[in-house]
Amino acid sequence: MTTKTIANLSVEVTDEGYLKDVSAWNKEIAIAIAKEEGIELTDKHFEVIEFIRNKVAAGEGLTIRGIGKSGVVDAKTFYQLFPGAPLKKATKIAGVSKPVSCI
Amino acid sequence: MKNLLILGAGTAGTMMANKMRKTLSREEWNITIVDQFKTHYYQPGFLFIPFGIYTRKDVIKPKNDFFPIGVNVIYSKIEKIEPEKNHVLLDDGVVLSYDYLLIATGTRTAPEETPGLKDKLWHKEIFDFYTIEGAVALADFFKTWQGGELVVNIAELPYKCPVAPLEFVFFADAFFTERGLRDKVKITYVTPLPGAFTKPRATKMLGELLKTKNINIIPDFNIAEVNNDEKKIIDFGGKEVKFDCLVSIPTNLGSKVIERSGMGDDMSFVPTDKHTLQSRDYKNIFVIGDAANLPTSKAGSVAHFASEILEENLMCAIEGRPYTASFDGHANCYIETGYCKGTLIDFNYDTEPLPGMFPFPGVGPFGLLKVTRTNHYGKLLFRWIYWHILLKGKEMPIDSEMQMAGKKL
Repeated sequence: MTTKTIANLSVEVTDEGYLKDVSAWNKEIAIAIAKEEGIELTDKHFEVIEFIRNKVAAGEGLTIRGIGKSGVVDAKTFYQLFPGAPLKKATKIAGVSKPVSCI
Repeated sequence: MKNLLILGAGTAGTMMANKMRKTLSREEWNITIVDQFKTHYYQPGFLFIPFGIYTRKDVIKPKNDFFPIGVNVIYSKIEKIEPEKNHVLLDDGVVLSYDYLLIATGTRTAPEETPGLKDKLWHKEIFDFYTIEGAVALADFFKTWQGGELVVNIAELPYKCPVAPLEFVFFADAFFTERGLRDKVKITYVTPLPGAFTKPRATKMLGELLKTKNINIIPDFNIAEVNNDEKKIIDFGGKEVKFDCLVSIPTNLGSKVIERSGMGDDMSFVPTDKHTLQSRDYKNIFVIGDAANLPTSKAGSVAHFASEILEENLMCAIEGRPYTASFDGHANCYIETGYCKGTLIDFNYDTEPLPGMFPFPGVGPFGLLKVTRTNHYGKLLFRWIYWHILLKGKEMPIDSEMQMAGKKL
């Protein structure tokens, strides 16, 4: 675990750059992390981020399928918003922990 | 009389029927098990069918052979569970009431979830091997196939028996080498995972094994559709992989009865306490095997270890005591690597697969994260153990709780 300065704030992050504390998150941090991932955040991104944060707050699991069927975005748009590895990037930007793939 | 009702007579349900009939008093408890099919499939054997090692007859037996005396068996489709009323409705209008319900309805492959997968090339040049029909069709196809691009694709997580697709490509490498066709068969493993497996050490070991066997891996691929005309799979990001033969591990979903009953998550798996195995929503419902949404492998070994925990906790619930058993997510998987060799992984919710010896520290005879001949014979021997010991709920010489002894950190 390391401490990192993001958007002028000192926050604790995991080795992979995920915030340790969900409550340390704010919009500026999201914009800064997104920039590192090469993503410029739009209102649509923030809708998805809000959905993810609410899901996590409710203690529910996150899947690409679940987000794709949420009514917020479909799977294809989710990929366009967070190219490459959408769930990994979106959770990192949303300041929640990395989803575990359990197999 | 009180009623224990078990839905599903696959690996998990059958084990529980055997265990609970021994444990519960025959004077006080009826046990009823319901399943729509009369045939029990040895599902670990499906993997061997495409390569001509097993045939259909090696993996089937009548379910009736495995139920103990004193269990009512009903072969019927299940229409709906009504947990508020403690009722289960069967297809033909019969209503079964229960005091305790065990859900063991498993998981199913749902190729229809991916556009183009179950289309005109289905079971012609596109196959699955998680159904007997798919495995047999692929065996026929391989008999005369002269080579090309063999693509193995995992559609989505979670899926049953997470090591089987790896075993499939290892077997394919050996199979086509032995037929003198290996230079004409390009094998590509296309997965939504970032590597060969989920956990670091197993991923490294299995990733290196893929490399030595000249099997390509394309990670982080989430399939969006199959194009049958141009014979390619396309992911949501636009990546494309061409195939001559596609072997798909389709999306896995829970049983439709769970969906009809409104009891599942977005993949129709039942929300379950990962330690007690009790349904999160209903106190007199427990869930075992692939039907549960537990964060561990969907595999027979997991159901087996969970069955010992469930037997104990179910008795606690019935007798009004606090739960004394806690499931750790223990999974144990023999992985065929081809050429009569295999490897083995043993892990749980918290501990990733580690190298070492199993089950006896220092002695084995099985090697963890090692490729050995003994591991392969362990897997072959397991079919006998499955039919004769495991399904009948008899004691196995392996702890249900994962052991650290014999493992190297």
